[in-house]
Amino acid sequence: MSGKVIIDMQHIVKNFYIGTPNELHIIKDISLTVNEGDFVSIVGASGSGKSTLMNMIGVLDRPTSGEYVLDGIPVAQMSDNEMSDVRNRKIGFVFQTYNLIPRSSALKNVELPMLYAGVDRKMRTRRAKELLDLVGMKERMHHKPNELSGGQKQRVAIARALANDPAMILADEPTGALDSSTGRMVMDLLHKVHKEGGKTIVLITHNNDLASETERIITIKDGMIISDVSNNPKQEEKVEASCS
Amino acid sequence: MFLKENILLAIAGLKSNKVRALLTMLGIIIGIGSVIAIVTIGNAVTSSVSDTFSSMGANNIMVNVAERDDQDGRGPSGKIDDDDLISLEQLERFQERYADQIGALSVTCGGGSGKVKDGRLYANVSIEGANEGTKEISNIKMLKGRFLKAKDVNAMRKAAVVSDKLVHNIFKDKTDPLGKEINIYKDDGVDSYTIVGVYKYEQNAFQGGGQTASDKDISTTLYIPVTVAQQTAENKNFQYFMVKSKPTVDTAVFADTVQKYFDGLYANNEKYTCQIQNMESYLEQATSTLNTISVAVAAIAAIALLVGGIGVMNIMLVSVTERTREIGTRKALGARSIYIKMQFIVESIIICVIGGIIGVLLGIGLASIGVNLLHATLKISIPVIIISVGFSMCIGIFFGYYPASKAAKLDPIEALRYE
Repeated sequence: MSGKVIIDMQHIVKNFYIGTPNELHIIKDISLTVNEGDFVSIVGASGSGKSTLMNMIGVLDRPTSGEYVLDGIPVAQMSDNEMSDVRNRKIGFVFQTYNLIPRSSALKNVELPMLYAGVDRKMRTRRAKELLDLVGMKERMHHKPNELSGGQKQRVAIARALANDPAMILADEPTGALDSSTGRMVMDLLHKVHKEGGKTIVLITHNNDLASETERIITIKDGMIISDVSNNPKQEEKVEASCS
Repeated sequence: MFLKENILLAIAGLKSNKVRALLTMLGIIIGIGSVIAIVTIGNAVTSSVSDTFSSMGANNIMVNVAERDDQDGRGPSGKIDDDDLISLEQLERFQERYADQIGALSVTCGGGSGKVKDGRLYANVSIEGANEGTKEISNIKMLKGRFLKAKDVNAMRKAAVVSDKLVHNIFKDKTDPLGKEINIYKDDGVDSYTIVGVYKYEQNAFQGGGQTASDKDISTTLYIPVTVAQQTAENKNFQYFMVKSKPTVDTAVFADTVQKYFDGLYANNEKYTCQIQNMESYLEQATSTLNTISVAVAAIAAIALLVGGIGVMNIMLVSVTERTREIGTRKALGARSIYIKMQFIVESIIICVIGGIIGVLLGIGLASIGVNLLHATLKISIPVIIISVGFSMCIGIFFGYYPASKAAKLDPIEALRYE
């Protein structure tokens, strides 16, 4: 798509227990750029530094050193509040365990990022309904998370991730807690968001089959990128999985 | 900050865990409830006591023949002789002696209870012998005719002053009761009296004491000349009387004068003496007793509120731990720390305010029962309610602040990982 850079990380280093004898070097000099409209997967075994990298891409954590420019905004040395605001507007999170707010309806969950962004009530509700329609959850918008199946919860979570029209979707093992057919359906939905909405998607996974569906596969090992390959997704054009 | 959303969220949270919410609120409910109850009862009693006293005349002085204290260990000697009591003649002499200072003097004597009947119509009465001064001392408001006069007392006329309630029951407001004969049925016979006046019946805390009768059956006082009432009494002299100074005379000084006069009369009496009691001192005594009770209850309530507040803090801490992932999610989705803090403080405030409101209702409920038992009038003090609810809110802020800060300080990465 366009040449606009969404993620621009330069020489990112992340150490833990800094200054102690137990100092850990989790991320050792990673540089990474992701362009707008890319569908990138980051793979790596557990302990590879994948999660730590994801936390930094998701602006949940600051690098020990290095530069990170997200959609034109330097975020590496921001305050907590500024980081909150950037997460709110620029990033749509999809978690392995959905992380919907338990006592709020699907609709309220989708409205939540817009509430924090200061969108007025009418707009919020309208957009949340549109998004739930998009993910096929409009009929169940007044249901609480505990009244929804895993696949349905994840679809609500994807709708929530899209709420503030973020620069990218950061999906952390989005199918990890789902059975294969529901997982397939969630992946199809992400492909749909990518293709039809032109969203930049970063998929964190340890599942190579899922990674192979994406346009670019970045492999992390021992805190370093060991491979970064373009991929011609051989995604079978499946019939839309029935949604339930 | 998202106040409405936070309030709705808090209420939804409480609804989803009603028993826990109620238990959490219990301390606040008990604290606020007891404060409201005692303040409301206290106010009702104080105002009815002071109403009663002032209607009876706060500057009335009661002179009472009582046993001497120094009759060590011998207990009441039972019957009191007429010689030890105050006679009408003594009273007349006293009245003459201080004519310039005495405003009114009332001597009364109970005449038992009875029923005024006229065919099927009836009215319950308690008969009281009275004299001219009783009208002013007891603050009786005449509607028709006149009160008893000295000539009625001296001539022992069979005159009666009745309440408007009796008139209503017996004459159905159709005929003029003045000059009418009424028959009073008592256990020991029937007596006829002529109505000379009608006074306005007012129920007060003391007269109504213990009465559960319906409005129609309420017994009202029927005044007859004290000399007439005395004919059936055991003693011909009086154990007590009431006296009131003229408005220009200081009550306390007058009380001293009266004390001295009667001390003189009883100087040679070994068994009995005269006690002078000032209504004002009764009022002060009653008020100070109430104040003491109020302070004690306030202290208990303060402890209940403190414990309640700690309970709220405890449950809020539990809630923060339980909702660690939710907090992490909210932060990931862009909630600033202050939004999280507000959310939990609002929740704590809602718990306390709802607890406070339940407490207020409970307190008013208890107070109305108490006030009913005491036959006083329920007066709900709006400022006290506002202060109570406001105070609950402060408890919510105070005890919710620490858990809320803890929630706000959570690291989103840690919180999202929390199992």
